[in-house]
Amino acid sequence: MTADILLWSVTVAQAMLVIAMGCNTYRLIRGPRAQDRVLSFDAMYVIAMLLVLTFGIRTGNAFYFEAALIIAALGFVSSVALAKFLMRGEVIE
Amino acid sequence: MTHAADLPAWAALLTALLVLLGAGLTLVGAIGTLRLGSFFERVHAPTLGTSWGTGAIVLASIVCFSVLGSRVVLHEFLIGVFITVTTPVTLTLLVRAALYRERAEGNTDVPARSVLRAPQSLNRREPGGDTAR
Repeated sequence: MTADILLWSVTVAQAMLVIAMGCNTYRLIRGPRAQDRVLSFDAMYVIAMLLVLTFGIRTGNAFYFEAALIIAALGFVSSVALAKFLMRGEVIE
Repeated sequence: MTHAADLPAWAALLTALLVLLGAGLTLVGAIGTLRLGSFFERVHAPTLGTSWGTGAIVLASIVCFSVLGSRVVLHEFLIGVFITVTTPVTLTLLVRAALYRERAEGNTDVPARSVLRAPQSLNRREPGGDTAR
């Protein structure tokens, strides 16, 4: 009984995260300026990391945690690089 | 979903509640990026997902895996601390770049300049004046 509740709530949560990612994809495509696209990209990597974490809860597998940590680290670095590029026009100066 | 039968009822219900809370907050933040009008309003929206969206799902993962006893709990705190530390850095850099771009184009509907900062301290140099300073 409670296992079914957990299964369905994780499924609903994954559907919500996919809808959130769809909203951010719309903003990524239609965003009027470059900073809107970078902002929606920044939100998208966080949502992807949360999706990987919910997959870990769903399957009970410990390996999803490392994938989520790698997504968080690489997403931070790439967002900072994009923001720096918007500011200066080059990443490494 | 074979491991879910091993969870006691309170742990399963707590995990389900926390996962739904985190995903719902993230969804509200994503809808905010669609509905808000300007970039400087829109930059507030994804922080719902990075503060308690991440926090609730990380807490759900901590509860699930520590009750199952499969591994050490504290690994998930690493993700929470990392997201909490890195999000303000990213958004501050991004907003500063956006302000610089808007002001360089002479846009007037940007947030006002801070009164604590001297007006010439913004690194905008006039063309041809490279020998002055």
